[in-house]
Amino acid sequence: MLLDALREQLHLTGTKKGCDHGQCGACTVHIDGQSALSCLTLAVMSEGRAITTIEGLARGEELHPVQEAFVKHDAFQCGYCTPGQIMAATALVQDRQQRSAAEIREAMSGNLCRCAAYANIIAAIQEAQRA
Amino acid sequence: MPTRRTFLKDSGRLTIAFCLLGALPAAAEAPAADDPRPGSLQDNPRLNAWLEVLADGRVRVLTGKLELGQGITTAVAQMAAEELNTPLRQVEVLLAETGRTPDERYTAGSASIEQSALSVRWAAAAARQQLVQLAANRLRVPAAQLVLADGTVRTADGRRQLTFAELLGGRQLTGEVPLDTRLKPKSEYQVVGQPRPRADIERMVRAEPVYVQDLRLPGMVHARVLHPPGPGARLQPGFDAEALRRAVPGVLQVVVDGSFVAVIADSEWAAIRAYDWAKPRLRWAAGPALPAGKPLAEVLRSLPAQTEEVARQGAVDGAPAAGEKTFRATYFKPYLMHGSIGPSCALALFDKDQLHLWTHSQGVYPLRASVAKLLGLPEDRVHAKGVPGAGCYGHNGADDVAAEAALLARALPGRPVRLQWMRDDEHRHEPYGSAMLFDLQARLDARGRLTHWHMELWSDTHSSRPAGQPDKLLPAQLLARPVAYQRNELSGGTSRNSEPLYQIPNLLIRTHSVQGPLRVSALRSLGAFGNVFALESGVDELAQLAGQDPYEFRLAHLTDERARAVIKEVRRLTQRVHPGPHEGLGLAFAQYKNKAAYLAVVARVYVEPEQRVPHVRQLWAAIDAGEVINPDGLRNQTEGGLIQAASWTLLEQVRFDEQQVRCHDWETYPIYRFDEAPRVEVSILNRPDQPPLGAGEAAQGPTAAAIASAVQRACGVRVRELPIRPEKLAPPITET
Ligand code: FES
Ligand code: FES
Repeated sequence: MLLDALREQLHLTGTKKGCDHGQCGACTVHIDGQSALSCLTLAVMSEGRAITTIEGLARGEELHPVQEAFVKHDAFQCGYCTPGQIMAATALVQDRQQRSAAEIREAMSGNLCRCAAYANIIAAIQEAQRA
Repeated sequence: MPTRRTFLKDSGRLTIAFCLLGALPAAAEAPAADDPRPGSLQDNPRLNAWLEVLADGRVRVLTGKLELGQGITTAVAQMAAEELNTPLRQVEVLLAETGRTPDERYTAGSASIEQSALSVRWAAAAARQQLVQLAANRLRVPAAQLVLADGTVRTADGRRQLTFAELLGGRQLTGEVPLDTRLKPKSEYQVVGQPRPRADIERMVRAEPVYVQDLRLPGMVHARVLHPPGPGARLQPGFDAEALRRAVPGVLQVVVDGSFVAVIADSEWAAIRAYDWAKPRLRWAAGPALPAGKPLAEVLRSLPAQTEEVARQGAVDGAPAAGEKTFRATYFKPYLMHGSIGPSCALALFDKDQLHLWTHSQGVYPLRASVAKLLGLPEDRVHAKGVPGAGCYGHNGADDVAAEAALLARALPGRPVRLQWMRDDEHRHEPYGSAMLFDLQARLDARGRLTHWHMELWSDTHSSRPAGQPDKLLPAQLLARPVAYQRNELSGGTSRNSEPLYQIPNLLIRTHSVQGPLRVSALRSLGAFGNVFALESGVDELAQLAGQDPYEFRLAHLTDERARAVIKEVRRLTQRVHPGPHEGLGLAFAQYKNKAAYLAVVARVYVEPEQRVPHVRQLWAAIDAGEVINPDGLRNQTEGGLIQAASWTLLEQVRFDEQQVRCHDWETYPIYRFDEAPRVEVSILNRPDQPPLGAGEAAQGPTAAAIASAVQRACGVRVRELPIRPEKLAPPITET
């Protein structure tokens, strides 16, 4: 699976293993700009496609605006689900649409957070889509 | 062979070299009553057990606690920075590691701040005094004329100064932290009470390697354990390990020891494929049948029990007087899961008779002792280093997976073995939070005052941590030579918060300790979740029976001013909130453990009238956790606790059939997702003059009761059995 290839072969451990069954969102990456679950994606099917992981989001020192917003709103506790949340959120805000809190909740419902930092994550995404 | 140096390089943030000094002096004497120092410091009084000055003048703080997302790293760093007038970035923190940090037993019960952070505050204050005294001697200036700040001690005119490094000349601070250490007055605080520093948070959003799941060691191999399907199941002969090796390339070893079965492979993917191949091919003889198909409440009530009195005052029997009203109700909470989002993981390396463990266990010292006994090794041959894992919310699979990794490392010496559980393992084999049953009988006098409170509660233990013994570790009973399980009788956690803070003249509380069908241990707030749910649901029902306002009824029975203050604050927060159609508001209150943080919560719940689906729309909480060290951390923990508790209350229940647990993933054990999570608002009552109180678990119990009461007001049905599912909300049958 793409998730295992990223973590084991490329040593990109930012993408997290949570359930291996597409139920938690911890493994979310972008494939050709769209958010995708790397635990359900065959590594061979990703050949020749552009894959972005959490490690590829910041430009050196400069964080991606969604990362900035997560920092500002303290949008996590243990942080384990955070890479997946950030990848799902960046894919969401890239169309520059202004979504309501309800729409954000709906769109993010594939990403679980057991620490339940949901309130702050929503606040962060609202901030990022204004940016 | 990996060398020490490569370990350091490859383990990311774990930049501290091994230091196998063996155990620090253990916690021997009982803490003295007239000793003002925090308990952890009394157990480990040496200054340099807590604080070291580095060659470049930076300060290293050592804590025996592990970061669990509760913010301990920041809190201890803030304490040291404050007492030493040093910028926060000049302080580094070393988390739990045997032989290196103080032995603080378990990181649990919201005590990290109370114990560890306060110990560091004392140690840093003592360090300040020692450093100033050293400078006074060197500069021949009275200590009172010297200023300590930013890693230096200088004369008041700033003409002469010495850095910490110059003062110490390569030596460390010595001696014990004295009883008369002078702490910096809180009025001069600059760092404590401020939000946490940005650098820490950036690591999270950049997803730098932080977790034990991310550790990569040279020569590392990967393992999976094939757990028995249900409790007591035994492996049947006939498993063809050779066929597995042939079928899955990359398998290095198949370990079968009794009913403990595991595969070790050269890549994680190969380990998973071997797991998938073997799983349907293993044959198990089922253990004793689980009591499925009967109401669990009745099962608990029928089990042999050991009964203990928690509190007695006045007399609860005797016939009611004229005008008195008697109230009876039975409440229940099911087994709940910790449900960490990251499956438990550990690394182990058996290298030249020395076993190294990297673990997210909440207690590295007890784990070391337990694993040493399981493997028959002397304790000093085991070294355990704490590395953060995903949020655990209590005692989950962390210790079990570490013990299993240790067994596998012994089978393959010289190679670091990384074992991560599958989602299925985590859901089926973590130790759950026990189911609980409550019988309440209470009485109101003619004026509507509570006069009698009689609670009988049934529960399994709420603490089965390994605690230095091998038997609680999951593989211990699976081995060909098993270690018999020694059940803990009632733990203090069972009766936690069973005693009302309300003034009630006649009181009796008794616990019935039973051994339930599933393996259990500590889950966030332990018995308090069930106890407060029952207690506060009961109080709310009694307020209704008395025809009184839920706020006034509670306030009338409470004398503790801080308790009253949080209730009034949450009333203030919600005074403009008017429930719409099919909506209700519910209130609940508790002081966690009756001695930690005070918290009152109001829930607003909508019950959809057709399908009767309850939706928690909003939760408001007021919390008093004494002195606030890190307001963002406190708010964050409380908000998370509120939403997690709402998830427990509405959705969660571990279900099982006669053979096994039926909840094995997030579909069969749903938890709150974004679309269901309520909005939350938290008001903090800061009490800088009061000691900081553990707060991470304060929201759990009150939230459940507030939701149940809000549901009752929204649709007329009082649910006394968690979780609050739509099928329990059928409208009460009315005569037509
Ligand atoms: S690990 Fe991919 S969705 Fe959970
Ligand atoms: S922050 Fe811990 S699971 Fe989301």
